[in-house]
Amino acid sequence: MIPAGFEYHRPGDIASAIGILQQHGDEARVIAGGHSLIPMMKLRMAEMGHLVDLQAIDELKGIEVGADTVSLGAMVTQHELITHDGLASAIPLIREAALQIADPQVRYMGTVGGNVANGDPGNDMPGLMQCLNATFDLSGPDGNRSVAARDFYEAAYFTARDDEEILTRISIPVPGAGVGQAYEKQKRKIGDYATAAAAVMVGNGQASVAMTNLADTPIWSDAASAALAAGNVDACVAAMLDAIDPVEDNRGPVEFKKHVAAVMLRRAIARAQSRAS
Amino acid sequence: MSKMHVKLTVNGKQVEGLAEPRTLLIHFLREDLKITGPHIGCETSHCGACTVDIDGKSVKSCTTFVAQVNGADVTTVEGLTNDDGSLGVLQEMFREHHGLQCGFCTPGMITRAHRLLQENPNPSEEDIRFGMAGNLCRCTGYQNIVKAISASADMLNAQNQPSSREAVGQTKVEAAE
Amino acid sequence: MNDQTLTPEERAANLKGMGSSRKRVEDVRFTQGKGNYVDDIKLDGMLFGAFVRSPYAHARVVNVNKDAALAVPGVVAVLTAEDLSPLGLHWMPTLAGDKQMVLADGKVLFQGQEVAYVVAEDRYIAADAAELVEVDYEELPVLTDPFEALKSDVVLREDLEGQTEGAHGPRKHHNHIFTWEQGDKDATEAILAEADVVAEEMIYYHRTHPCPLETCGCVASMDKVTGKLTLHGTFQAPHAIRTVVSLISGIAEHNIRVISPDIGGGFGNKVGAYAGYVCSVVASIVTGRPVKWVENRMENLMSTAFARDYWMQGKIAATKDGKITGLWCHTTADHGGFDACADPTKFPAGFMNICTGSYDIPTAYLAVDGVYTNKAPGGVAYRCSFRVTEAAYFIERMIEVLAIKLNMDAAELRRINFIKADQFPYQSALGWEYDSGDYHTAWDKALKAVDYEGLRAEQAQQIEDFKAGKTRKLLGIGLTHFTEIVGAGPVKNCDILGLGMFDSCEIRIHPTGSAIARLGTISQGQGHATTFAQIIASEIGLPADDITLEEGDTDTAPYGLGTYGSRSTPVAGAATAMAARKIRAKAQMIAAYLLEVHDDDVEWDVDRFAVKGAPERFKTMKEIAFAAYNQAIPGLEPGLEAVSYYDPPNMTYPFGAYICVMEIDVDTGEWDVRKFYALDDCGTRINPMIIEGQVHGGVTEALAIAMGQEIAYDEMGNVKTATLMDFFIPTAWETPNYTTDHTVTPSPHHPIGAKGVGESPNVGGVPAFSNAVHDAFRPFGLVQSHMPHDHWRIWRIANGLGMHG
Repeated sequence: MIPAGFEYHRPGDIASAIGILQQHGDEARVIAGGHSLIPMMKLRMAEMGHLVDLQAIDELKGIEVGADTVSLGAMVTQHELITHDGLASAIPLIREAALQIADPQVRYMGTVGGNVANGDPGNDMPGLMQCLNATFDLSGPDGNRSVAARDFYEAAYFTARDDEEILTRISIPVPGAGVGQAYEKQKRKIGDYATAAAAVMVGNGQASVAMTNLADTPIWSDAASAALAAGNVDACVAAMLDAIDPVEDNRGPVEFKKHVAAVMLRRAIARAQSRAS
Repeated sequence: MSKMHVKLTVNGKQVEGLAEPRTLLIHFLREDLKITGPHIGCETSHCGACTVDIDGKSVKSCTTFVAQVNGADVTTVEGLTNDDGSLGVLQEMFREHHGLQCGFCTPGMITRAHRLLQENPNPSEEDIRFGMAGNLCRCTGYQNIVKAISASADMLNAQNQPSSREAVGQTKVEAAE
Repeated sequence: MNDQTLTPEERAANLKGMGSSRKRVEDVRFTQGKGNYVDDIKLDGMLFGAFVRSPYAHARVVNVNKDAALAVPGVVAVLTAEDLSPLGLHWMPTLAGDKQMVLADGKVLFQGQEVAYVVAEDRYIAADAAELVEVDYEELPVLTDPFEALKSDVVLREDLEGQTEGAHGPRKHHNHIFTWEQGDKDATEAILAEADVVAEEMIYYHRTHPCPLETCGCVASMDKVTGKLTLHGTFQAPHAIRTVVSLISGIAEHNIRVISPDIGGGFGNKVGAYAGYVCSVVASIVTGRPVKWVENRMENLMSTAFARDYWMQGKIAATKDGKITGLWCHTTADHGGFDACADPTKFPAGFMNICTGSYDIPTAYLAVDGVYTNKAPGGVAYRCSFRVTEAAYFIERMIEVLAIKLNMDAAELRRINFIKADQFPYQSALGWEYDSGDYHTAWDKALKAVDYEGLRAEQAQQIEDFKAGKTRKLLGIGLTHFTEIVGAGPVKNCDILGLGMFDSCEIRIHPTGSAIARLGTISQGQGHATTFAQIIASEIGLPADDITLEEGDTDTAPYGLGTYGSRSTPVAGAATAMAARKIRAKAQMIAAYLLEVHDDDVEWDVDRFAVKGAPERFKTMKEIAFAAYNQAIPGLEPGLEAVSYYDPPNMTYPFGAYICVMEIDVDTGEWDVRKFYALDDCGTRINPMIIEGQVHGGVTEALAIAMGQEIAYDEMGNVKTATLMDFFIPTAWETPNYTTDHTVTPSPHHPIGAKGVGESPNVGGVPAFSNAVHDAFRPFGLVQSHMPHDHWRIWRIANGLGMHG
């Protein structure tokens, strides 16, 4: 498995990176950790003339934990998410989910920005970010803008990000004290994508519920969240089952996935509730 | 495609070369530098046979372009042998506890275990199994690999306590039995 | 060592001979990354080959245009069937008496089939150029179901059209390969008709793949000056490969040197001859340069060496008390597009006729029909001895099915049907002579070790809790008692391509008392360099550490049939002991001469010959070795070496009792192995550490196979499981710890009583895991559900039994 050739770029700042993207248009693509993109390139399912490596851009790095908001640079790796003490106490859900992504080696390289931006419905972070109501900061030739995670995903590998934009940072409101959080994921083995995964926050009369790999985008359900906020778990699950649209693959048929979706969601809810105060 | 100049540190030595940007690190190591410890197993980042250590991180070198690691510090299993040519602790314990059979996954296993123990000097069995889950082995069933890593942790911890030199010898004797 | 103060026991221990958990000599290299695997080989001017493969499972190849590929700088050649046909190399013989396209000759029969071979300066250029080879295909109807294939008008093998005789008898249909019958059909059917109880079930053992971590590959190097071809490769049978290459290429055998370097796991994947080898040899001849070919993982899973894919229809008859009276089996074997199964010639379904298992079944009948489909060829013994795994799975499932029918405990049903210790050697209804066994002792030891009664009580409680809504998990207790047949084999009935399945060992003792031994086998991780030295150490009294082992170079090693089917220890291990005994016999004469006594007046004592009745008068093997090279001994040639070619009088029959305790979540289909106990009886134990390691590894492969590992196709013949994302190989996280145990019932006909162990854990492991899943659901009405038992299929069992409300 050998990738096709490309020119390599390692810009030192966001503006340069955008400049390269502008210059080469469709021919250019950004690479973060590369653990989604490179296998696709090796299978020759992705080919591009120019690869723009974001690793040298300091603006894309760093975890900032504020009182109300957590800011994650797009190039923060899953490993950094797992080992950052401040983050684990501010939003424990992130660490819990990050530990369930891929395997140790991939987590050293895999970035939160890459995970949310490439639009792979199998990725865990998009659903998680929808649950947390995160906002994605994008920089492009026309300046900066922000898009809510819940508005970002359009279809598999299609997102609100334009080709010449770079996802720079992720802002996440810190859930209030007393909000319980949980991430439940069923997979065939370590390294696999989810058969079904559920991210749940509940407490203080509020709730948010999102699921992963059960449609061509992550699914955050307003109705399911509202039902859970009202304390009606059955209605929450029913609303979510209405919203998802899984397809058959090697992980199993649709009926199974719907069943497991409900099980994961109920388990996540129960665990989140047990953590709420 | 034009070649680029790459410069990195591998097992403590500065190396330079020309490579196409698409050259995978595993091929650069194996073909250009003739460092053939890291192996190619799955090519899609699932098996870990190609694992090397890059700037303190365990990385699958078959899913990394050499361009990405230009300037980095790379350690392979060859770099984990003692300076006097004797086996490093992990290497010795893999041998001691029969933690390898065909040997193909072993360089990746040992290199990954090296980083795991750097980050967690006292891992439980669960920590080891979770921390080694990016490396597949088809021969051993992992049981003896887990044992070898656990024994390595004990030995390294004993070595790191200068006052207990005897204890190191003791561990060695017990392990040998 | 020479020291008279040491006791015989101490001197024996110093040898690190048989029974010692000697550390492996291989590991010093492997742990430092200093192995020498085929992809580590770099020769001057070496080119790299890459295949263009068919995206279709069944299609005509209308045209292949190589112009664009040839135009890529660095591309040296692009080979197609047209280029190979003048040499007669566009097809090659298979191990099963069929033939197989090397490169697509007019059509393709499976997805991933080799269509063209690009040769270039490096692997990057080869891959680029392979993308540019334009192939026009015309799609044909695809047959992926063997039962459909036998009814279909679609002819898969047009080259065989009109041929009603195959390599193994008459063909009944254009997609039929052979029918193989064993046992007494009429008698078995009569017993079934009159039996108190007959249980009938279809048992499917799905298609899977050995998937060693290192894929297959080779480096072919034709020296035009000397006319010598050197072929390095991942060969489990290097000598047989040399003969095959000679036969199909026309190069004289003495001009071919085959070298198997270190092999990164084989498990049967590396027994066969593949298109990559042939194309690399041709490319090297054409270009005059060495050519390397190493398949990638997708190519490995899609094209070389699948395993299993047996549909086994079974009927088992018993008295109402549970005494089995007859066994009937009809198997439909899906062989894919070509019959490339790796079995001894006279056994087109391998040793499937060991399917009476560990049981005294007086009457039995087996028929196997081989069928062509649009899937990859192979049918290799994936860590088993020629379909023994299929046979063991079949009988161990049928026993469980019968236990359900009889409403009996499956452990007790096994016990009352075991062949008894005093019945050995035992003639089975399907034609084998089991050499030795003591099944009751092993079984009782196993049941006691796991507290079988306690487990059943715990399971009963859990069922109560489940019914009461206290838990959503069930407990399954998976039982297996397997009997293998390994060590093929007696030359009188076992050959591959006409080559008798003996094996060999040559030992040379050096003047200073160290030695080198060479064998016809080749280690792929089994630790031959360690264990075979132990056999020699015990036989001739030189320390194992002073004995070098070499295998895999056909220019230096004696001819042998290689390593697969757990045959290394039973056959080459026997040859090793026999060669060592020849050396000891000569050493005895040398010692007698040196001690100035008659040959019969010295006796062997661990590492020396001593004068009978005067143990203080002795010559150590080290002294004898030196004398062999420095003294003129009347009547004896100088030197001390021997070779043995061993044709075993019978196969060996290792057995074991495995018990798996598994917890299953009925809502998600997730499973957790709580306990796995493996008792193996492989006869005499050479290196307990290595045996235990073999068991750990083999059971883990069994876990993978039973719980998710498959080569799955969609109805278009596309492989759905071609990467390690979807082809299940458990990590350390999913893999449990195992408890190993043993009994020792030596083989009476093997020189050291050893039977082989490498494959037992796969043979016994698969039914143990599968039976655990079935056992968990037995109280709720499950009789049979096909593997692999991945999450959704387990969920489907629960769903079908109404457990989801």
